[in-house]
Amino acid sequence: MQLGRVVGCVWATVKNASLEGYRLLLVQPLAADLRDTGKRLVCTDWTGAGAGETIYWVRGREASIAFFPDQPASDATIVGIVDSVHCAATKSKPARRQAERH
Amino acid sequence: MILARVVGTVVATRKDPRLEGKTLLVLKPVSPEGKDEAGYVVAVDTVGAGYRERVIAVSGSSARMAEGCKDVPVDTAIVGIVDDVSLD
Repeated sequence: MQLGRVVGCVWATVKNASLEGYRLLLVQPLAADLRDTGKRLVCTDWTGAGAGETIYWVRGREASIAFFPDQPASDATIVGIVDSVHCAATKSKPARRQAERH
Repeated sequence: MILARVVGTVVATRKDPRLEGKTLLVLKPVSPEGKDEAGYVVAVDTVGAGYRERVIAVSGSSARMAEGCKDVPVDTAIVGIVDDVSLD
């Protein structure tokens, strides 16, 4: 599992049937010090995470197991919202949900 | 999943029988802003994506979870056509 931050949202009307009804969010992976690292990717969301929130996500086959017994075609899923990280390398606080947008 | 743009097609006469009838497309990964990123990837199309369209591609064994790709030797599948990407 890796830390990440929700940085956006992806809209797709035409989807594979196995992904029907799933939210797709853009996630920026984070290092332990909560700095951006690596490329942004599209994740399915199990938690209802909001814009700007710090989350953790799984990659690979396990990403679709998060929705068991459903098995969507997903290789990255947000499985948790981070309250706090305690780590020598972590100085800043995790970002919280931004004000709801319309 | 990654965002990518369809940049070409692949024609293969000799292939695994389970891949027969499937469309193979060449994808170029793109950033959420639409800029090209490094590399190319060949993916099986499950949604009827067209040339130059922006798509969502799933890779690894999860690609086999896509409808129409069960028990097919596939490691990248196109599972969505992107309407819009909103950045916060």
